[in-house]
Amino acid sequence: MSPLAHVTPSFQKETFVLNLGPQHPSTHGVLRVKLVMDGEYIAEAEPVLGYIHRMHEKMGENRTYAQFLPNPARMDYLSALSYNHGHVCAVERAAGIEVPPRAEYIRVITTELNRISSHLLWFGAYVLDLGGFTPLLYAFDDRERLLDLLEMVTGARLTYCYFRFGGVYNDIDEEFIAGTREFVQRMRARVPMYHKLVTTNIILIKRLKDIGYISPETCRKYGATGPVLRGSGVSYDVRKNEPYSVYKDFEFNVPIYSEGDSMARYMVRMDEMLESCRIIEQALDKLPDGPYKAEKVPKILKPPKGDIYCAVEAARGEFGIHLVSDGTNTPYRLKLRSPSFSNLSLFAEVSQGCLLADAIAIMGSLDLVIPEIDR
Amino acid sequence: MLRDKARAALAAITPEGVQETDYKAKGYHVDAAVAVDQVLAAVKAVDGLGFFLEDVCGVDWLAAGEMEVVYHFAHVQETCRVVIRTRAPRDNPEVPSISGIYPGANWHERETHDFFGIRFAGHPYLVPLLLPEDADFHPLRKDFKGLNG
Repeated sequence: MSPLAHVTPSFQKETFVLNLGPQHPSTHGVLRVKLVMDGEYIAEAEPVLGYIHRMHEKMGENRTYAQFLPNPARMDYLSALSYNHGHVCAVERAAGIEVPPRAEYIRVITTELNRISSHLLWFGAYVLDLGGFTPLLYAFDDRERLLDLLEMVTGARLTYCYFRFGGVYNDIDEEFIAGTREFVQRMRARVPMYHKLVTTNIILIKRLKDIGYISPETCRKYGATGPVLRGSGVSYDVRKNEPYSVYKDFEFNVPIYSEGDSMARYMVRMDEMLESCRIIEQALDKLPDGPYKAEKVPKILKPPKGDIYCAVEAARGEFGIHLVSDGTNTPYRLKLRSPSFSNLSLFAEVSQGCLLADAIAIMGSLDLVIPEIDR
Repeated sequence: MLRDKARAALAAITPEGVQETDYKAKGYHVDAAVAVDQVLAAVKAVDGLGFFLEDVCGVDWLAAGEMEVVYHFAHVQETCRVVIRTRAPRDNPEVPSISGIYPGANWHERETHDFFGIRFAGHPYLVPLLLPEDADFHPLRKDFKGLNG
């Protein structure tokens, strides 16, 4: 039962169509939502996709495995390393490549840093959507330090292409390790400050609490994952439920909130930043010596015939790759399962009967990245 | 174990199509190849066990003259991934829509229809999702030659 049921209007009166997007500041990209409005209430919402569709799956089929490496980062540009990770994991599974432990640790450290930077940007932009400008500047202050750190090792600030089949592009150094430790310490103090500055703000609470209830069953039927699912009280995180890479070496919690409203999804992401800090710190403490990439990975990969599936936990949920190989040097089929695609598909059902202003709050709480939905 | 339950439930529908797979090599635990008219029964079986819909994926097997649809399911409580796959003739690819069971399949099926031209019978709104609204081409078909200009 939706907490909004008591405000659901009767839809007896005349309705009109309102276009939200494709250029609208709150959609953070080219997403269009066709809204049938009954006054201020949404009678029907239909997301219209495809404005930034680039057919990454076709590109996957007409280039070699290595040539496709930069593509996943262009899907979700905010947590590019998770996508990079998913892609290399899938190809490594298909081709049977072993990855040295040091490389896996470096992957985990950089991916978790990237997760924090993604959540920070979401936090700033979300509060901005709701009318608060200042937190964005605080969040970007932190994020800037993160981007500097990641630039130091990956050479890029946003669309990272750092992982290679069997390892990473280059080793991390003492400067990066010291900088990362310092950042983790800083973040531990910043998150409580964010709670003091933003979370306890009465306007934010009024905008998020009991708004956009999503039940665990709705999540299951639509395949919603990530913070959206965990905000509905379901403890599901691919890092915990199906540990890939070296995630089983670390102690961390999966934050869950059972309220299922926008506030719960907000809190999940805030807590996740601190959990990522824990993972990074443990990974730095345990960082093994040894090679940072596997030797003897063939330049031209030809995985054996057959199909595999591989999923990782990106900042927005489960990113999966279904890879079909026909034994040649290009994939026969490369299906990219992106989390926001499934997370947005429940928006039509959840936003029904909501106020327009609340729909913006709901959409923001889903943390959408449009290029990843359209691919 | 959930994977045994899933395997048993799917084997009741198609005894010879169900396989146990090596998770480490494949990334999924149960692989069920079903006939087109068994899709709904198979999907209802995994729905009854509480699986969530992960993905729907098309594959064009040009040489065999077949279109394959692969459904991925996963579970939140136990590590268990189930793959259900079906093949339809390439010259008339029609598969029943599972959007009545999993509403999330609605978009996945529209996308697969865009890229492969596979029709999902019983789909409530099978119009282009990612391609332009007047698109009459299917870019992931293996015999797609590209557009002029």
